[in-house]
Amino acid sequence: MKQLLLITFFFVFAQSSQAQDILTFDKFDAFEKAIIKNDGNVYVVNFWATWCGPCVKELPYFEKLHQENKNVKVLLVSLDSPKDAKKLQSFIQKKKITAQVIALFDKDYNSWLDKIDKGWSGSIPATYIFSGDKKLFAEHEFENYAELSSHVNSFTNQLK
Amino acid sequence: MKAFPLLFIAISSFIIGETLVSNGYEPGDKATDFKLKSVDGKNYSMSDYKDAKGFIVVFTCNTCPFAVKYEDRVNALAKKYKPKGYVLLAINSNDPEVQPDDTYAKMQAKAKAEGFAFPYLVDEGQKIYPQYGATKTPHVFLLDKNLVVKYIGAIDDNADDASAVKERYLENAIAALDSGKDPSPSVTKAIGCSIKAKKKA
Repeated sequence: MKQLLLITFFFVFAQSSQAQDILTFDKFDAFEKAIIKNDGNVYVVNFWATWCGPCVKELPYFEKLHQENKNVKVLLVSLDSPKDAKKLQSFIQKKKITAQVIALFDKDYNSWLDKIDKGWSGSIPATYIFSGDKKLFAEHEFENYAELSSHVNSFTNQLK
Repeated sequence: MKAFPLLFIAISSFIIGETLVSNGYEPGDKATDFKLKSVDGKNYSMSDYKDAKGFIVVFTCNTCPFAVKYEDRVNALAKKYKPKGYVLLAINSNDPEVQPDDTYAKMQAKAKAEGFAFPYLVDEGQKIYPQYGATKTPHVFLLDKNLVVKYIGAIDDNADDASAVKERYLENAIAALDSGKDPSPSVTKAIGCSIKAKKKA
């Protein structure tokens, strides 16, 4: 019985410690250097925040994309404030997000939004798909998984 | 064959027309005036202000955390620049059916609680924001007295912390306009919440 309790304890402990490590960047330049890689992979980068209703709504579609489409790498870039870092951590734990979450704290938006896409006015959610020098930027939310999936496929299909 | 160039013109003008609508104004464009109801029940237009030297049009709302972070700063700007001849008009373009905390009654409550020193206008039917090309809150348009757009974008470079601001984009633009110069930069960007409109069928 004692052993069972112990096992249960470890199981619960292991479960709760499963939360992923959030990659954190204070400056866009460091983020760009580490993340925007020209390595032949297709990256689907979703800009979001815990305070953004439409972002939170579409987040599960990106998690599903991460789980179901192994041809793309999903990166969830949170624009939450540094003071909300704990809130972000517990949010992704609660939502069971396994796709890589990145916290980008650079508040000097005017200095870097153009580097993602010149057409980005600054509203979120926004989704940036790239592979090498091929890019597709969308400043809107996705209504459902099918819409996101076909959007991603429209990009990957033109690479073939 | 003769029809081809005509068709081509028709198609390209259609595309250009679409682009203009979706992109909204750029510096140098003449902005449309409006007649919108404020939280005091009265209608406001820029043409009501005969002596104004310019207009600060702020697309904002009750609900967006970024708009809320800027509330005090917007109120301070309204108070600071009114005596200098620059009129601040805030417009809420969120459709209350999509964002229930942006109803007229809740706008009235917010304006009262925060002591807004500026008209807080309802973009009834969401007709004005697409013409300006506002996409998010807050989103600022500085116009001269002839309603020519002089500056578009952010209020400053730090939404989180007013005391850590390095660049006061909007105030610098007003200073430039006041001294007869074109603001530089005339366009800046910032993160904000998308303006909430009904989905088009």
